[in-house]
Amino acid sequence: MAGRPADPLDEGALRALVPRVLAAMVRRGEQFDAAEDALQEALLEALRSWPEHPPRDPRAWLTTVATRRLLDARRSEAARHRREEEIVEEAARAQPPPTAAAAEDDTLFLLFCCCHPDLSPASQVALTLRAVGGLTTREIADAFYVPEATMAQRISRAKRTLRGRRLDQPGDLAVVLRVLYLVYTAGHAGRVDLAGEAIRLARQLAAATDEPEARGLLALMLLNHARLPARLDAEGRIVTLDRQDRSRWDSREIAEGVSILQSALAQQTEERPPGRYQIEAAIAALHDDAASAEETDWPQILSWYDDLVALTADPARRDPAAVLGRAVAVGHVDGAAVGLRETERLRESIGDRHRWHAVRGHLHELAGDPSAAAAAYAEAARRATNVAERDHLVRQAARQHARADAAPG
Amino acid sequence: MPKYLLLKHYRGGPEPHRPFPPMDQWAPGDVEAHIAFQRHVVELLQENGEYVDAQALTPTRTWVRYGGPDAAPVTTDGPLPETSDLIAGWYMIDVDSHERALELAAYVSSEPGPGGETMYEWIDVREVMSGAPPEE
Repeated sequence: MAGRPADPLDEGALRALVPRVLAAMVRRGEQFDAAEDALQEALLEALRSWPEHPPRDPRAWLTTVATRRLLDARRSEAARHRREEEIVEEAARAQPPPTAAAAEDDTLFLLFCCCHPDLSPASQVALTLRAVGGLTTREIADAFYVPEATMAQRISRAKRTLRGRRLDQPGDLAVVLRVLYLVYTAGHAGRVDLAGEAIRLARQLAAATDEPEARGLLALMLLNHARLPARLDAEGRIVTLDRQDRSRWDSREIAEGVSILQSALAQQTEERPPGRYQIEAAIAALHDDAASAEETDWPQILSWYDDLVALTADPARRDPAAVLGRAVAVGHVDGAAVGLRETERLRESIGDRHRWHAVRGHLHELAGDPSAAAAAYAEAARRATNVAERDHLVRQAARQHARADAAPG
Repeated sequence: MPKYLLLKHYRGGPEPHRPFPPMDQWAPGDVEAHIAFQRHVVELLQENGEYVDAQALTPTRTWVRYGGPDAAPVTTDGPLPETSDLIAGWYMIDVDSHERALELAAYVSSEPGPGGETMYEWIDVREVMSGAPPEE
């Protein structure tokens, strides 16, 4: 952590142990619910005491302390005390030596628990960050700007929902992917780096499964994250893709994203075409690949959008975001007027959303019609739900308004 | 220390001291100056140790009420008459006195508008009731 360079506590390594220890506890028959609570207490204690007293074997320490907390919570008779102490020591001794394969199994097992389809998305996200990400309740609460007690309650309700559910079955990978993507999009600017956390979790997931979509998701995150340093200027203003300083993009992250995407795409067959995350990653890669906005390969992007839209029946209703993205590509390939016509198909489903108006503003701008662009951006600004985005759209509107005023006639 | 809300309105309140067009019709430079001032207010309150919270609200409003047993909630359709109050956002501050709250509200109201001119926007100052048990 910044400002404590001599700190012997490696928080990342500590947090990576959380899913390992938790999975081991659940596998030896502890309730997920109680084990997770006990481990959270052990984690808080580790954060307090390890800087001064680093343990020799961190994993055994966490297991021992968590098991002790678990027994503390359960203990009702003092007479059972001695037998339980033996169990604690037994548990610590019984830890199998860590292997890479076991770590991957643990991660996947816990992701399926935390992303159980019976849980709400907000609960899935919170539980994943705590039980797999090793974040404290306080950190998760900070990331979502809610009181710590609220987040604690959300997590304990989620675990109550899981009580009695069978957790040893393979879960729904599509839900896990969606939850990790939610974590990624939830925050770039908060006090906790959720985007970085999502990438770390997606890395673990990609290592734990052969499913190409898991690598597609990791690639998508990396390829978008690479542009983050250029996305805001020094005053915190949003800079659109076409105006970004591309030298500030993270070329290492781009190279890694591209190579992960290629390895995923190499697995495609006739029967198994690339899924949504691979397609979106391919689109991101094409943007990242252009040396300047003018050199963007829009025809290629459009063809990926065709694939994306084809994944869903009735995409204008069921996946309007894909159709809207495609309309932008159409505007760049076939002309702004054609792109604007494409957006008309979405008027019914998302015509009241800011993004629809913002895209139309962009297409009007592309068509050289500043007064229509100004009106569309102003509409978008009125509907925006994010302050930075609202301010950006007001600026766009004002800029186009000024341009329209300056134009002759 | 009492807490106050300094409320800004999209509409409603006393007759504007100086009417102005919507911000999307200002010169781009004036938009920048206005947004920069708002950021500066938050920084100032933080430096003073008077900041609690600042939030903006979208202008979309839905009124809703209980629909009765087994009935869906009842909502108003469409926008209300343009005359009704519509809150745009707030600063929540924790200050020494009512006077200090008024002083800060007046400062908020001095934000620059179109042409860099002072806006003199009316700010609605409301004291937050304390939740602490009253003293004997």
